Amino acid sequence: MIRTFAVLLLWLALVSTGPASVVNDQLIMSDSLPAKLSEFGLILGNGRAVTAGTPYALNTPLFSDYAEKFRFAYVPKGKTVAAGSGGVAQFPIGSVLVKSFGFPADFRKPNDNVRIIETRLLIHRTNGWVALPYVWDVDGRDATLKRAGARVDVSWIHSDGKPRAISYAVPNVNQCKDCHALSGVMTPIGPKPRNLTKASLTSFGIAQPYPLPVWNDPKTGSLNDRARAYLDVNCAHCHNRAGAASNSGLFLSYEEPIGPATGILKGPVAAGRGSGGFDHDVEPGHPEKSIMTFRMASLDPGIAMPESGRASAHDEGNALISQWIREMK
Amino acid sequence: MKQMNLLLAACATFVTSPLLAETITVNAGADAQERLQTAFIDAKPGDIVAIGAGRFELTDGLSLAVDKVTVIGAGASNTILSFKGQKGAGEGLLVTSDDVILKGFAVEDSRGDGIKSKGADRIVYHQLRVEWTGGPKETNGAYGIYPVESTDVLIDGVTVKGASDAGIYVGQSRNIIVRNSVAMFNVAGIEIENCYGADVYLNTAMRNTGGILVFDLPNLPQMGGHDVRIFSNRIERNDTPNFAPKGNIVAGVPVGTGVMVMANRNVHVFGNAVGENSTGNVLIVGFPRPFNDATYNPLPRDVIVSANMHGRAGWAPQLTGGRAAPPMPPGVSFPILWDGAGTNINVRESAANVLSLGLWTDGKLTGNMNPAPVDLSTGTGVTAPSPVVLPAAMEAAVK
Repeated sequence: MIRTFAVLLLWLALVSTGPASVVNDQLIMSDSLPAKLSEFGLILGNGRAVTAGTPYALNTPLFSDYAEKFRFAYVPKGKTVAAGSGGVAQFPIGSVLVKSFGFPADFRKPNDNVRIIETRLLIHRTNGWVALPYVWDVDGRDATLKRAGARVDVSWIHSDGKPRAISYAVPNVNQCKDCHALSGVMTPIGPKPRNLTKASLTSFGIAQPYPLPVWNDPKTGSLNDRARAYLDVNCAHCHNRAGAASNSGLFLSYEEPIGPATGILKGPVAAGRGSGGFDHDVEPGHPEKSIMTFRMASLDPGIAMPESGRASAHDEGNALISQWIREMK
Repeated sequence: MKQMNLLLAACATFVTSPLLAETITVNAGADAQERLQTAFIDAKPGDIVAIGAGRFELTDGLSLAVDKVTVIGAGASNTILSFKGQKGAGEGLLVTSDDVILKGFAVEDSRGDGIKSKGADRIVYHQLRVEWTGGPKETNGAYGIYPVESTDVLIDGVTVKGASDAGIYVGQSRNIIVRNSVAMFNVAGIEIENCYGADVYLNTAMRNTGGILVFDLPNLPQMGGHDVRIFSNRIERNDTPNFAPKGNIVAGVPVGTGVMVMANRNVHVFGNAVGENSTGNVLIVGFPRPFNDATYNPLPRDVIVSANMHGRAGWAPQLTGGRAAPPMPPGVSFPILWDGAGTNINVRESAANVLSLGLWTDGKLTGNMNPAPVDLSTGTGVTAPSPVVLPAAMEAAVK
């Protein structure tokens, strides 16, 4: 948390020192899919310096292969963000949510030598939200639209001092939809008021119904609440009644009452070898016999959950869910 | 005025029909992943994505989310999408849009499911092949052809081999036809699960663990499967030992099962050629596991078995997971097994002997086996569901 904040501060410093640029509102509102990210005028080089917009951060973020994420929202001049209904903040038409993903060379020095891999835009156009993934060019000066997704080899020294290397997957635009579509309609899933940090709420000028706990900070919530927040943010965009995993019967939104729908003693349906030979998604008291933990720890594409955007296991997140199941009566 | 109306009608036609239907051709070669996926993204409603002959080595799942697109290959033995090197995604090809036609290509060795379509109404699967080329293995993907949460599904002339769950699996859908297809060396050949209205006919289900299954499971958005007709199929020699990962419901299908009906209503099994199935040609059972869902009915109701042609069956019956075999009277084998669950189970076949396992009492699974021959030839008549009729455009697509 502190680390993220430090990176954010650094990033803000870059904002203030960066050369002035003009955001191309006309391009944002058009139907076009520009080949280069710079055309929007939203970001200047290396994915971190922004020209306009409000940086924001989340209490509990989605795990993406340990990538550091730099988020900001561009809202057209004279427009405002509203708290919205259904838990999602309402960004006016013409807004762009910008999220860059990067890896420091060494996680023990997270602010040094950060290599930005990709920047995803979620643009609110007249006909709805449009997702565009841009992959940064080798020279780091601009990023190129990759609607069909891409794979980028990424390596780093992990926080334990050991080297790691993965084939990092940039999603294609259909995969963007898989997570962002509710009953087929594209919608932002990150900046929900309940999951925005206090500072971000202040920046947007919106109120919070209640805060989601910070998944790895016991001061912010009970084990159950933090586990449920983690599952909400990492799983519930698909695992809800209107999402891509609606047919699974496994629903992991924060509000879902605990029971078979949250996996308790629920048998697998279409898991195939994702079942790992276990009978239930969540076997109370037994993370080692629960399909949920098995799939979260796996790297096999036919087993791993989430299905996209994960080439590494999230050891700390899995430890949280394991503890939650272990202490469950 | 009349002219005006004609003019308006002409305008309306002009607006609603695809203006410039295009064919986007993708040939085998380098960057197949990006070129194919880009074609699926660029396609407009009405377009055809034509995939050339050859092998396409893919590194990730492919997906299509545009309505009214036809994806057509050069034939199921010529156009091969190989997912042997797949690094991500839960299936080979995912379709999430309506009115899509998939035709004339093969999907091989996907890490998860072969072809999945979700919420994809009026989808047509025609002349496709989905195969795990290393033969039956627990590490194969779960489903070969996998439509789910869809209305109007046509599967015609496909071949699926090696699925570690079901070759052809239709889940939580309505108005379904599966025909002229071949399922071999899967755990379940064809499975209709939690569905309303399905006709399964003129298929060959051979050498699976179980041939054709009609199941209903608890704790799902759509439950209460009903109105299913299984007829004129060849369901033979389903002798592949069960290789499904434990926990999955099909892991409990005994080797040597022809047809298995579990917890459904109004299911008609008739006019099939069923034989060489060591456990039984037809099994009718209740849902055998504990469940926590007050809205779920675990019992089979109104199951009518009639006029099937029975070959040898039931000479080495196994119960779920091969736990135990019921003691058989010497020299007698039973082509039809009933676990004792449900109401109005009706077998109208003079030649057929039915063995009741007597596992259920008053709608509850007791687990105490009490096998005895039973006469199920009398029962309440049930009107079979009328044939499934699909929109004409779907039938036209396979003509």
